[in-house]
This record gives sequence, C-alpha cells and structure tokens, in this order.
Amino acid sequence: MVESFKNWMMATLALSEPQAEILLKTSGMVLLVTLVMTAVAFAVYADRKIWASMQLRRGPNVVGPFGLLQSFADALKLFIKENIIPAGANKGVFLLAPFLSFTVALMSWAVVPWDEGWVFADINVGVLYIFAVSSLGVYGIIMSGWASNSRYAFLGGLRSAAQMVSYEVSIGFVLVTVIVFTGSFNLSDIVMNQAGGFWRWHVWPLLPMAVIFFISALAETNRPPFDLPEAEAELVAGYQTEYSSMTFALFWLGEYANILLMCAMISVLFFGGWMAPVPALDMIPGPVWMFLKICLFFFCFAWVKASVPRYRYDQLMRLGWKVFLPLSLLGVFVYSGVALLTGTAG
Amino acid sequence: MSLTAIVFYVLSSVTVLSAVMVIAARNPVHSVLFLILAFFNSAGLFVLLGAELLAMLLVIVYVGAVAVLFLFVVMMLDINFVRLREGFLRYFPIGVLIGAVLAAELVFVVGTWVLTPEMAGNLRQPTPEDVTNTRALGQLIYTDYVFVFQTAGMILLTAMIGAIVLTLRKRPGVKRQNIAQQLARSPETAIEIKKVKTGEGI
Repeated sequence: MVESFKNWMMATLALSEPQAEILLKTSGMVLLVTLVMTAVAFAVYADRKIWASMQLRRGPNVVGPFGLLQSFADALKLFIKENIIPAGANKGVFLLAPFLSFTVALMSWAVVPWDEGWVFADINVGVLYIFAVSSLGVYGIIMSGWASNSRYAFLGGLRSAAQMVSYEVSIGFVLVTVIVFTGSFNLSDIVMNQAGGFWRWHVWPLLPMAVIFFISALAETNRPPFDLPEAEAELVAGYQTEYSSMTFALFWLGEYANILLMCAMISVLFFGGWMAPVPALDMIPGPVWMFLKICLFFFCFAWVKASVPRYRYDQLMRLGWKVFLPLSLLGVFVYSGVALLTGTAG
Repeated sequence: MSLTAIVFYVLSSVTVLSAVMVIAARNPVHSVLFLILAFFNSAGLFVLLGAELLAMLLVIVYVGAVAVLFLFVVMMLDINFVRLREGFLRYFPIGVLIGAVLAAELVFVVGTWVLTPEMAGNLRQPTPEDVTNTRALGQLIYTDYVFVFQTAGMILLTAMIGAIVLTLRKRPGVKRQNIAQQLARSPETAIEIKKVKTGEGI
C-alpha cells in the first residue's frame, strides 16, 4: 500500500524518488503524532471517567456529549493562560525540560508495530530503542526539578530520577527474557513469534516476568501507587509545581503518551500485539486488536490508580531493588537456561 | 552533498561544540547537560556508521544511567565558583600536558591508518554481510573472546565489592527494619487488651 502511494505521489506531484520518500516519511510522522495526541486526549478523559465511576462520582460530563471534549477544553484553556517563569529559575533549562519530556514520549512510538509491515521504523534493535528512549525521559523531570529553584520541585525531581533508574533495571531484565524467548530485538518479530492464538502468547510461559513488567511500568510512568514524585500531600505537585500554561500541558501530554506506550509494550511483548486471540477472528484487522489491547491495559492502569494507596518511599525502593531485581535476574537465569537446554535459543 | 554527509556534519559539529561547552560552561549542571548532548550525538554517529547496537547501548548505559547519577551528584553539590577559578593557573600546565599526550596518541592512531593501510585490516574483524550487528557483537564477546570478557566482568565485580566494603560501616545502636518480622505481627502478638475499671486506671 505504501509503495503504491509512493508511486502515485511520484506520478501526480512530479517528484523524484528521494523527494517522495522524504514527503512520505514526513507525512507519516505527522499522522503518527496526531494519532498519538488524539489518543492521549481521550486517555486523559477515560482515566478520569474510570476513576470517577470507581468512586461513585460522575467525572467529566459537561463539555460535549458525555463530557467527551473535556480534554480538548482543558488543553485550550491551558493554551491561552500566561506562562509564568519563576524569578530564580534557570530559564533555559526550565523551558527545555517540558519540551524534552514531550518529545521523548513521542519518539518511542516510531517503532511500535500495528500490523505486519505497519510500523513507522522497522529497526533491528527496536526493543533497545524503546528502552534507550524511555531512559531519556528521566531528564525532563530531573531538569525541571532543578531549574525550578524550588524545594518541592527539586525533591520531586530527585525522587523521580531515583525511582525511574531503579525500576528501569528490572524492566531491562524482563526485556532480556523476552528477547531470549524470541531470539530477536525486532518488535515485529516478537509479535510474529506469538502468532496462532492466545495460547501461543508470551504471557503464559513468561507470566512472572509479565507481572514484574506491569508493576515496573506503573513505577516507570510515575503512576499510582508509585506517584511519589508528585505526592501532593508532601510535595504540592513535585517537579510540576512551578509550571503553568503550555509547559505544564506538555508534561501532562508526555506522561499520558508514556502510559499509552507502556500499554502498547505490554501488548506487544506479552499479549501478541496485533494478533487476534483466536485464529478464527483473523478477519478483524490487526490494528483493531492492537487498539483494543492498549485500551484494556490502560483500563488496568486506571483501575490500579483508583484502588491502591500510595507506597512509602523506602517501601518503593525496597520493592525495586530487593524484590524485583533479584526476581527478574533469576528469571533471566532460568529462561536462558531453559532456552539453552532445549536448544530454542535464537 | 548527500543526505548522509549532511547528517554526519550536523551530528559531529554538535558533538564537538557540546564537548567544548562541557568545559566552557560556567554552571556545572549545564556542563553535565552538554556532556549528555555530546553522548547523544555520538550515538547518532554510531547509527550513521551502521553500529546501531553500540548506539543504543551508549544511550542506555551512559545517557540513561551514568549521566543521571552525574547530574544527581552535581546538582547536590554546593560549588563556590570563585574558588573554582582560583586553581586554574596552577593546574593549567598539567592540563596542557595531558591534552598534548592525548592529542599525540590520536595523531599516532590516525597516522598509522593513513600511512600503512594494510594495518587497518588487522585491527578489525569485518562483519559478514548476512550477520546482524547484534549477533556479530555477541559472537565476538560471548564466543570468541568469552574468557577475556568474563575476566573484565570479574574485575568490575571486585571493584564493586571493594567500593561497598570501603563505604560499609557498622554503627552500634541503629534500629533496623525487619520486613518479615513486621508482616508476621498479628493482633495477638502486637496488642494486649485490658479491662479498665472506672476510676481506677491501670
């Protein structure tokens, strides 16, 4: 489909091959960013709505039918507000931080596969790319914490940096087990390895790893019960305290784009990505399944947010370093051993 | 100029400029941020060379972990900039010497490459066309040179244990939290119910 579209562009717009290629890639980027941003707007709405219904409230219900346009109204409101920069702030770093968070959150989406061949950048080291880019996300937070020149923001930034670095380690080991299982770093290959029904999904053999990944993903995206960087009772709003207007909105968008990315990663790594749960349902296109799976895991994220109380900081660190790290290391050991003995290592 | 050349010049000039800014920036936090920019751009250069695994590892290890800890420490420091400048002239000759040695080494390396092109063939093992980057690197460090690699790992482990032992100190009278003990508490072991008679107290 992409090939024929490119040929059509070359014919009608009288472009050379590289020009058409660049135009195609650029329009693909714009499309991807637009889709992710729209998804983020509805994810914020869904989050608030799920949270509200679990607490027997009604949630957003005024703007648009069922309050569906609430996120757009909020974004517009933030857009026309004044951007306040604190007097003692380090201006350049202060303004750079939200842009960095936002950009990094969008960058990872380039390698997420939606169907066979439906991936913006089908690179060989896709898993590592996602891991590398998500480890960049910590800079937006730590920079905003430092540049705000405020105690609350600084403490929030430090907490968040320590938390993200800690949980990244166990996420890394979980990714290693998936890679050993598949024998490839490519996300499309990982999904293809799970073809043929829900009993072939990685979640069954790798169940403990999937659980560790889900909980670490909560910690990595600063979601409750691990939302200590913005624990409002102690830190006002953590690293976001001094931000207003669009800079605040960028943090918000980046956070939700990251949450959706984690949901996409869970479905790609463990739940068969774009694959239908039973082969009989294959006539429904892959992107629909991928979308449904992301929605399901997003619901789980919101569910956890509504039902679990916040961890204490030392408990959070204990869980990361003393529970998840040894467990995931043991997982790497066991799964590589099994792969070596049965000769299934890629 | 081809697209690759443009990308190369952009990446390498940003790398060099940010490396200069690391030592030129007045604020140490800005220095670390420029260092991170330099790392990131070198990763871009690796991608351009076709070494995508090395690029990702550079970002994950250096940008994602090492530089975060750097930034952490530098942000916590209370640095007096005036006193920092005082020692500049005193350390200048040593700095120049180290710089000269490094520059000379670089010249030697590049010089050998230019003067004796047949040396370059000995230095690296060309990757076969059908083998991916990751597999080739894995083959080298986990199969061909596995013992050297393991030795390096052992040395690092020793260094890590050494660092922990050096900083470990036993303080008397510190109350430690025992999670298992806390979880094993039950109402029977934790509280005692007493009937208090009116007007008498316990």
